[in-house]
Amino acid sequence: MDLTLSASERAFRDEARAWLAEHVPAQPLPSMDTAEGFAAHQAWERELADARWSVVSWPEAYCGRAASLVEWVIFEEEYYRAGAPGRVSQNGIFLLAPIIFDHGTPEQQDRLLASMATGERVWAQCWSEPEAGSDLASLRSTASRTEERGGWVLNGQKTWSSRASYAHGGFGLFRSDPAAQRHAGLTYFLFPLDAPGVTVRPIAQLDGEAGFAEVFFEDVFVPDADVLGAPGDGWRVAMSTAGNERGLSLRSPGRFCAAADRLVELYRERPDPACAAGVVDAWTRAQAYRLYTWGTVTRLAAGGDLGAAGSVNKVFWSELDIALHETALDLLGPEAEVDSSWLDGYTFALSGPIYAGTNEIQRNIVAERILGLPKEPRGARR
Amino acid sequence: MRFVLDDDQRDFAAALESLLAAADTVAVARAWAGGDHEPGRRLWSRLADLGVTSLATDAGPVEVCVAFEALGRHAVPGPWVESAAYLPVALGHEVDGVATLALPPHVPYALDADVADHVYVGSTPATAVGDRVASVDRTRHLFRVSGAGETHDAAFDLAALATAAQLLGAGERVLADAVTYVKQRSQFGRPIGSYQAVKHALADVRIALDFARPLVLGAALGEVPASAAKVAAGDAAYLASRTGLQVHGAIGYTEEFDLSLWLTRIRALVTAWGTPAFHRARILQQLGAS
Repeated sequence: MDLTLSASERAFRDEARAWLAEHVPAQPLPSMDTAEGFAAHQAWERELADARWSVVSWPEAYCGRAASLVEWVIFEEEYYRAGAPGRVSQNGIFLLAPIIFDHGTPEQQDRLLASMATGERVWAQCWSEPEAGSDLASLRSTASRTEERGGWVLNGQKTWSSRASYAHGGFGLFRSDPAAQRHAGLTYFLFPLDAPGVTVRPIAQLDGEAGFAEVFFEDVFVPDADVLGAPGDGWRVAMSTAGNERGLSLRSPGRFCAAADRLVELYRERPDPACAAGVVDAWTRAQAYRLYTWGTVTRLAAGGDLGAAGSVNKVFWSELDIALHETALDLLGPEAEVDSSWLDGYTFALSGPIYAGTNEIQRNIVAERILGLPKEPRGARR
Repeated sequence: MRFVLDDDQRDFAAALESLLAAADTVAVARAWAGGDHEPGRRLWSRLADLGVTSLATDAGPVEVCVAFEALGRHAVPGPWVESAAYLPVALGHEVDGVATLALPPHVPYALDADVADHVYVGSTPATAVGDRVASVDRTRHLFRVSGAGETHDAAFDLAALATAAQLLGAGERVLADAVTYVKQRSQFGRPIGSYQAVKHALADVRIALDFARPLVLGAALGEVPASAAKVAAGDAAYLASRTGLQVHGAIGYTEEFDLSLWLTRIRALVTAWGTPAFHRARILQQLGAS
């Protein structure tokens, strides 16, 4: 066992730290879920990309540094410690890009990855439907084959699509074989959100900003070139995204360690013994998450697979995030309801146990796939 | 950067596991609880032969954690934390035979002083061994002792860490036994383990133990305070014990059912070698926030 960084990893860390210290905006950017803030976050992505910090783990050909998993975790730690802006491109770079690397054609990789890395094109995930939330495989939006045009025609509705209000592209699953049941007969599509027939209706979130949207599809044509993976193979392709989202890539430990350190600072400024245990537990759990991640990184580097452990991860970080921010609000006392970065963080944290598969679904996965408990008898099927 | 046990540590864990799995440790613990120390002393010798009593002086904190997790998983009775973690560090040498100590206020009684070859208060031999007091864990025979001695900080940290590792092992055992039980026990025509109410409770135990383990090993490497390991392992094991009891129902509430050994052991260890409140206060202090 050895938690020390190699000389090259330390050099990487120092380079990232120095660059971030010089370039992170002194004032927080406006919310990325406003037109002004979205543009400001896109400009920040451009600045990151110009210095090749936007997608460090990607190949150099696509604006990355071919960084190792260890280096990626180090970068994330430095990024959040520096108080750098949230990543407006995160659904693309962390959720879609791994699928493009694994399942995309060379043509798709060349066409899609570079503009994603620079923040020029921001991508939104179009997963849920009004009748398909936790039971995603019951989705009803359709894709019909059109041979003469060489592609597919999409119809239906997606909802709760994060960033879709301002994003450029969307990705999602559609039922391409009406005769097939549930997980079969689904296809993974990419589409511009300003394509003819697409209507995006922003939805205001708890904080009043349009962080997600409904997306309506009315005879939207998608060429074969924008099918990701094989037609009918969409569920398998998409599930590799789900693993990424629940697991390592969306929630690096740096974010929680930085927030926990700020919580300890807040406690020093406003020591309230009634909140002491909450502060200690938030700090301890952030450290647990950091160390757990190093264990995961070690196993992945040795060729292991995240598997159902991503669900263990997701329940833990989403609950930690809420508890940490609740403790901060407790410390702020009657000031807690007033606009602050803690309040923003709290409001954002509230969505954690819901998105990327609710924590109830994650607990089912932990119980069935890790503990080996029997599946619950399924409800009636339509 | 490599945060998993290395091959030697895994081999050592496997050797301990195979010895303990074949040693009928439940019978050993029950005999110990009833005052028959012979099977326990024999097991002690075998574990000492495997090197458990010399880890603190000759190996390192990671190896100590590996050993204590196994002791916890198998509910091995006896003053192991005292003999194999605290005293070797405090005295600067491996203990000869079985030794125990009290260390007021955090360790008010000397565990198993009736069977120990040496009894200390801190690092100083006790002047007298007094009455026995009853513990929630019947395998833990607690004795009042007379004498005065100082606390050795590094020894205290290793003792807290070893206790944390023991809690982790005990928690893992309760979870494993609970999972086995809920797959077998049927009500309303199906295994109770197929109900979400039961699944989610056990999933929470899995998650708590999975995130306590890196703190135990991280503390062994000096990355986080031993207190963080003690708090997290205590919380996780206690959640395992409460959930394990609940999913077993009334049978789990009996003395006769073996689960009782781990339920009472966990309850005792949660407050042994520093209560959760004490360790939380210590973490706050180490963060410079108290």
